[in-house]
Amino acid sequence: MALYAPPVPQIVTHDVEPRTQARGWTSWFTTTDHKRIGILYMVTTFVFFLLGGVEALMMRLQLGAPENTLIPPQTYNQLFTMHGTTMVFLFIVPMMAGLANYFVPLMIGARDMAFPRLNAMSYWLLLAGGLVFYASIFWNPPEAGWTSYTPLSNAYFSPGGGQDAWIYLIHLTGLSSLLGAINLYATIVNMRAPGMSWGRLPLFVWAILTYALLLIFALPVIAAAVTMLLTDRHFGTHFFDPNNGGSSLLWQHLFWFFGHPEVYIMVLPGFGIVSEILPVFARKPIFGYKAIAASTVAIAFLGFLTWAHHMFATPIPEAILVFVMLSSFLIAIPTGVKIFNWIATLWRGTVEFKTPLLFCAGFISLFIIGGISGVFLAVFPVDWQLNESYFVVAHIHFVLMGGAVFTIFAAIYYWFPKITGRMLSEGLGKLSFWLMFWGFLITFLIQHVLGLDGMPRRVYEYPDVGHLALYNQISTVGSFILALGVLVTVLNVARSVKSGIVAGPDPWKANTLEWFTASPPPVNNFDVVPRVRSVEPMKDIRREVERRSGATVADPGRATVPAGAMQVGV
Amino acid sequence: MAFFTPQSGGSPNADEIASLYRIILYIALVIFVAVEGALGYALWKFRKRKGAVAAQIRGNTRLEIAWTVGAAVILVVLAVLTFVKLSAIQDPSNSGPEGAQLASDGVLYASAQRHLPPNGKALDITAVGRQYIWQYVYPGAAEADGLGAPYSYEELVVPTETTVSLDVVSADVVHSWWVPELGGKVQAVPGYHSYTWFKIPKPGIYRGQCANLCGRGHARMIITVKAVPPAQFEAWLAYQKQLIAEANAAAQAARAKLGRQIGAGQVENP
Repeated sequence: MALYAPPVPQIVTHDVEPRTQARGWTSWFTTTDHKRIGILYMVTTFVFFLLGGVEALMMRLQLGAPENTLIPPQTYNQLFTMHGTTMVFLFIVPMMAGLANYFVPLMIGARDMAFPRLNAMSYWLLLAGGLVFYASIFWNPPEAGWTSYTPLSNAYFSPGGGQDAWIYLIHLTGLSSLLGAINLYATIVNMRAPGMSWGRLPLFVWAILTYALLLIFALPVIAAAVTMLLTDRHFGTHFFDPNNGGSSLLWQHLFWFFGHPEVYIMVLPGFGIVSEILPVFARKPIFGYKAIAASTVAIAFLGFLTWAHHMFATPIPEAILVFVMLSSFLIAIPTGVKIFNWIATLWRGTVEFKTPLLFCAGFISLFIIGGISGVFLAVFPVDWQLNESYFVVAHIHFVLMGGAVFTIFAAIYYWFPKITGRMLSEGLGKLSFWLMFWGFLITFLIQHVLGLDGMPRRVYEYPDVGHLALYNQISTVGSFILALGVLVTVLNVARSVKSGIVAGPDPWKANTLEWFTASPPPVNNFDVVPRVRSVEPMKDIRREVERRSGATVADPGRATVPAGAMQVGV
Repeated sequence: MAFFTPQSGGSPNADEIASLYRIILYIALVIFVAVEGALGYALWKFRKRKGAVAAQIRGNTRLEIAWTVGAAVILVVLAVLTFVKLSAIQDPSNSGPEGAQLASDGVLYASAQRHLPPNGKALDITAVGRQYIWQYVYPGAAEADGLGAPYSYEELVVPTETTVSLDVVSADVVHSWWVPELGGKVQAVPGYHSYTWFKIPKPGIYRGQCANLCGRGHARMIITVKAVPPAQFEAWLAYQKQLIAEANAAAQAARAKLGRQIGAGQVENP
């Protein structure tokens, strides 16, 4: 024995095998497999992301020069309405649903979601919502902004059918999310592997559980609000009509009562992704598991008490201004705790700069800026200067693009090997990251200054005064660098999906159960569901494999453990 | 033009907002440098190297409590600073001795929303937002029911050194009044009154624009505030009243003529 180096036990990699399940394109329409539905979600929402991105680039082109006449005002208003609605309702929220669909059952050791057919219905409702909405571009796209404030969105000021398409999009995607949320909640509560107590639930699953609860509480409010808008528009009711006893302020309250939790619906899953990826690449357990799980729940609860900070400039009583400022301050505490815990997770680790880690680190550094600008906006007298200006545009992009979207890219690079069985190129991944990171900063950092200089959002043109032209040009140049970075990832995925390096079940030596099964996972996910003994079950399994194979290895020349050994940890 | 802070210089409330912003900015910069620095240091110092072994630490209750409390303390400080500054931002001061004496016909309001200077005197102007122009209605109605008040479009003319209390309303959709150098925004919500104030120290032109999406012409819904010495303002206002009176007289004459042509009493209000 002493003559040979001890064998390094590892899980066997083998070729990506075609699945035995029904193939052919029709099978995608009939599938109830959570993994295939997850892929449908992710591909569909990414297409919408690219559409929303093209809309953003068109806006940046228009704003690239002062008093530009490239895009007429009507089209410009349609572009920002489509862009905002697409990114929120057709990309970030359903992309998180797609990731949850694919990985929650795998991470908790379940063989599918609790209600597989309901799951398929969620996806098809989402697609229907997206198609109804985008069909409007052939007639009259909506142009009242993604917030659709009344009276601008009522039948008198927005007679076009685009506004109705927007309402149906909210209804269809809302129903999709609601059914999906109930499904995820039922799955997480009932279908965890033996031994996976609440204290051993992966943090991504904690985040998705909270995401599901937020959707269940917030969505009925927006569903009611858009129904009232629909009946105002077509059936003669006056819920939001100030000339007939209605209140246009009511719309703002209802919209933001949903809209602010929606922000956390978008970023909490991202927080979960980061909490999964950092420990893997720092080779160190997450710092303060309980604090991170608890702060997720705390943020979700407080998220329901802060909606009126979107309405500081409206005629509302001062008591509410003060209350909302303080509740918005409070929410900064659990958010700060998360950031400190992530940094502490890296501290004294051995940080491997793989692409998923880069996107997570990029996310943290950008989210710190978004969090700090959020504190400025929470101070209501200061907000009177900042709201509805480019400062707010910068802030929302730091938290939603730098926040949620960067975590989505981290998730793509981290989980692509599990979904396809192949690795993405690290070189292209890093190129994509650096282009996106610097492109993002160039685009959005300067927009804070545009806002302070008095440029309101949602304007299709601006006069050539001060440095507005220069700042806008910088922002436009940055947006194209950012777009190039996204394109590199698209190419990376297109290239690797057929010809990437074979990944094997656990290429990152990760901590959670999805890495226990083959890549891509078989239809039933797991032949044997292991008993979970800690928050990092794969670490336990690898240790057990090492212990048993180290003790029993007979052939010193054999460096790998037979496929069956995967289950020795059971 | 401001780079790091909101614009100011046109009115005390804008100055106070900028000063509150600056204090928060200093605190924020310290936090920003500390946290980004810690992140950068951790990434660089603890990058993977040969022989390095990751410390298997799962948490540290004391440290975690410390940074939770630390974050809370910073926010308490920010809240206190805001409350200290709030009154100077919200509550107008009296008009200066050089201000327009016309302010004496200001009305005391009981509403908690409208903040008036200590002596209760302010020049009350109503700003009416409509697609895509602002109309300004000044005090001095010719008739008891408020009709015949002098008004202007496009340019709001105000006296210097005078506390102006602005009543912002909308005739159609939601607009937002924003002249950065004169303080923050207030939304013009149909069916509601929003109030703001400003007191301009020296003559000049202050520009802004509607800040809430109000339709296709939103970007063109600009605001121009022209501050002039009180004497000039009163002359301007008297001229506006005269123009209205002349137009009224002309209209009356035209109506009378029309009435004679088609028979008295048949035309009430053509």
